[in-house]
Amino acid sequence: MKRSRAEKEATHAKLSRRAALLGGAQLLFMGGLAARMRYLQVDQADQFRLLAEENRINIRLIPPKRGEIFDRNGVQLAQNVPSYRIVIVREDAGDVEAVLDRVAQLIDLTDEQRNSALAELNRSAPFLPVTIAEDVSWEAVSAISVNAPALPGVSPEVGSTRVYPRGSDLAHVVGRVGRVSQKDLDALEDPDAVLRIPRFQIGKINVEAREESLLRGSAGTKQVEVNATGRVMRELERREGQSGADLQLTIDAKLQNYVQARLQGESAAVVIIDCEKGDIVANASAPSYDPNLFIGGISSKDYDPLLNSKYRPLVNKTVQGAYPPGSTFKMMTAMAAIEEGIIGPDETVYCPGHLEIGGRRFHCWKRAGHGWVDLETSLKRSCDVYYYDLALKVGIEKISAMANRFGLGIKHEISLSSVNSGLTPTKDWKLRQRGEPWVIGDTVNASIGQGFMLASPMQLAVMAARIATGREIAPRLVKSVNGVEQPVRGGGPLNMNENNLRRMRRAMYAVVNDRRGTAYRSRIIAEGMRMAGKTGTSQVRSAVVNNNEVPWEQRDHALFVAFAPFEAPRYACAVLVEHGGGGSTAAAPIARDAMLQALYDGEPPLDAYPTADRESIGAQQERLRDVQPQARINKGKDQA
Amino acid sequence: MSYLEHTVKSVPSGFRKILYLNWPVILLLCAVSGTGFLMLYSVAGGTFDPWAAPQMKRFGLGVALMIAVGLVPIWMWRNLAGVAYGVSIMLLIAVEFFGSVGMGAQRWIDLGFMRLQPSELTKITLVMFLAAYYDWLPARKTSRPLWVLLPVFIILLPTALVLKQPDLGTAILLLTAGGGLMFLAGVHWAYFATVVAAAAGLIAAVFQSRGTPWQMIKDYQFRRIDTFLDPSSDPLGAGYHITQSKIALGSGGWTGRGFMQGTQSRLNFLPEKHTDFIFTTLAEEFGFIGGVSLLLLYALIIIFCVVSAIMNKDRFSSLLILGIALNFFLFFAVNMSMVMGLAPVVGVPLPLVSYGGSAMLVLLLAFGLVQSAHVHRPR
Repeated sequence: MKRSRAEKEATHAKLSRRAALLGGAQLLFMGGLAARMRYLQVDQADQFRLLAEENRINIRLIPPKRGEIFDRNGVQLAQNVPSYRIVIVREDAGDVEAVLDRVAQLIDLTDEQRNSALAELNRSAPFLPVTIAEDVSWEAVSAISVNAPALPGVSPEVGSTRVYPRGSDLAHVVGRVGRVSQKDLDALEDPDAVLRIPRFQIGKINVEAREESLLRGSAGTKQVEVNATGRVMRELERREGQSGADLQLTIDAKLQNYVQARLQGESAAVVIIDCEKGDIVANASAPSYDPNLFIGGISSKDYDPLLNSKYRPLVNKTVQGAYPPGSTFKMMTAMAAIEEGIIGPDETVYCPGHLEIGGRRFHCWKRAGHGWVDLETSLKRSCDVYYYDLALKVGIEKISAMANRFGLGIKHEISLSSVNSGLTPTKDWKLRQRGEPWVIGDTVNASIGQGFMLASPMQLAVMAARIATGREIAPRLVKSVNGVEQPVRGGGPLNMNENNLRRMRRAMYAVVNDRRGTAYRSRIIAEGMRMAGKTGTSQVRSAVVNNNEVPWEQRDHALFVAFAPFEAPRYACAVLVEHGGGGSTAAAPIARDAMLQALYDGEPPLDAYPTADRESIGAQQERLRDVQPQARINKGKDQA
Repeated sequence: MSYLEHTVKSVPSGFRKILYLNWPVILLLCAVSGTGFLMLYSVAGGTFDPWAAPQMKRFGLGVALMIAVGLVPIWMWRNLAGVAYGVSIMLLIAVEFFGSVGMGAQRWIDLGFMRLQPSELTKITLVMFLAAYYDWLPARKTSRPLWVLLPVFIILLPTALVLKQPDLGTAILLLTAGGGLMFLAGVHWAYFATVVAAAAGLIAAVFQSRGTPWQMIKDYQFRRIDTFLDPSSDPLGAGYHITQSKIALGSGGWTGRGFMQGTQSRLNFLPEKHTDFIFTTLAEEFGFIGGVSLLLLYALIIIFCVVSAIMNKDRFSSLLILGIALNFFLFFAVNMSMVMGLAPVVGVPLPLVSYGGSAMLVLLLAFGLVQSAHVHRPR
């Protein structure tokens, strides 16, 4: 198209003007961008820098190492051992199913494990490791490591798991740990954040649970740089946490092992307390179970028998059980009467075999009667009528108060779960709890440790220790924390007439060492090791029938409390054999054997036993010598 | 000495043309692309894979293409303008039928060796065709209604097709570039005033249509607008991008955290850190100084183009250069506004810096046209 030069120049001038205008506008806009950049990067830089730090830095918890538990001689009762698990990372694995199939060829992998791993892989972020198998053996770890090139994304990881090398021996003392449950979290007002770490374990019962705060320690933290999806890029700063404290218990593992073995086949409990500081050197409850089975979850195959057994292996009978103390309570009735000055120690009471009160007849266990009995004779031969008489004179309130001073009806602070406070009934208590007035028969029953009266073996052992020492011995289970000796509670004088106590001890000495004493057959004959004690038989039913003719559940409980050596008491103990029959036959021999074991710190010489028993004792020692605790530890090693 | 004689005599011939290329612009393009390689290397965590190396190869190819295009006489390109426009319209229609679907929109045609995005090509062919149109149209007719309506149609046809993909960002760029060219060509002020008023009305209408059956844009586009107006309304969704981008950019400060030290971009807080949000990484690692330097490079490219256009007495050449420069400007202006929280997130890459094949090739092709216009200008 033909155009004049003038026209061309005019249009070009116009174009140039507008081009300059548009270009200018563009530069202006760029100036605006620069100004915005200045605003963000200079004026607001500090604020954005702060936001950026928050963005990328994530604080992760490092679970603390749990404190370990030792016995008084340093034997390990609870330890942490490395455990291996196999994990898989989805994004590294690629074809997850194929990789899992290859893993299954190398280690035993159940369909259940495979499916749960697949399900978790689908749920979690692709870079997070998912556990395929836990607690695997070293052989499995090696198999995985050797075949690493064929197993992309699969790797072994080392963790820590709790192991109880003494197994069933100390289930009722050390307890066990387990995964944190929702219930555990709900029970806490302000749960430690570390509890929310997957697989974190806390103490579930006994020392593990009661001393949780000491054992757990505090979590460390690491600052990690994370990206928007939560993947950890690198670690920036690490602050180590505080490991849990190592606990040393007062328990003597060797003695405990003996006692637990000695109780084999019984449903029984034994507590042995050191008379100096109240240290619990043995706390055995039979039958027991292996706490290692519970770590990482117990199968119902293992759990149901424990739960349903009539011998209640899961119950710690030493502190959870409360039984009528029976005749072992007679010292309390006597102490109440003597301390009140109502009856002199040498005064005698006539036992015709029964006592008539308000037209009701209360029998002595010996229908023929004991004749004239004083304190020593009544205790030695366990005359009931003597104590009926004392109780009627002194009254239930004084008896209960006296029992409390000796540690009955009192909840002792021990690091065990479900400590039973027992019961020392009073008139007021009966009215409040039962809505019935106290009757004289209640006092009579209480005087010989029957009726409402209840005590745990632990309390009876404390009672024996207090009689033996005249001091307010309080049981203690934790000896030291991180090597620091823990203070002894109690131990002050009972403030009782020492003469009265001495008489009581003499009477108890007679129970065991007098030819006519109820526990004579269970005496110790070694010089300087002699034992004093008291038998007890607590009625489970009221009718008097021969024990052998009723089913196990209805038989009497056998009890025995003791201390030794008589001259300078070192240990006090209480033995309970559930439905064992008489205290003299079922409980006293156990107490004698256990006490000798404690006194000699190991197997006692046969000449500590009465001549007639030596043969059978020798056989028994032979049998018990190698009884090892049940402890399925390092279960992984049995697998694969 | 007639104008025509002068023209013929002064145009260099053969490979001597290379000396007459607009070298400052080429060097500036290389500088910008070099910055891009650096940033792609950085966001990959210090490796040439997977972004920097392919980008460098494509740039090499693109520069060769640009020079080749630059050596072809400008009048040949003018003669091809109509064909180019027609082809790109057909490709836009083809994409409706054969296009690959990606990110909720149908934008590509898979050619096997590369994915062709016709809307990218259209940005150039539209400018070419409009420049040819105004070169052909006598100046006195420029503002006559019929001759104004014709280019409006030329602009709206591809715009409508792009909008249907849907790609609001490119549609707006096409409209703006087309309008800019009409302005440069000398269309009367009054038309623009009318269009601006109409646009305001249309925007109002779009907002009014929300939630009604005749809603004019997609829901996600509405949401983007919402988030743009108030990023905190969707802090973990779309607003997240803007917020994170501002945090990363802002934390760079004056001098930045240093090369490869940009924590925010390295840690994947930034989405599409190698494409749309690459400027954020640059601003985080090199700070205000770095960001402004890149902006300065862009500004110089625009300035050199405008100067080249004004120097050029050929109407088609001038319009073409200015149109391509405007396109280029719109690209980085929208992208930067977006990452700085001044514009909604519309998915426009930062020219020559963002990772991307066809965008870079098309852009270098376009600068080839600028070179051709520069080399073959009447002297």
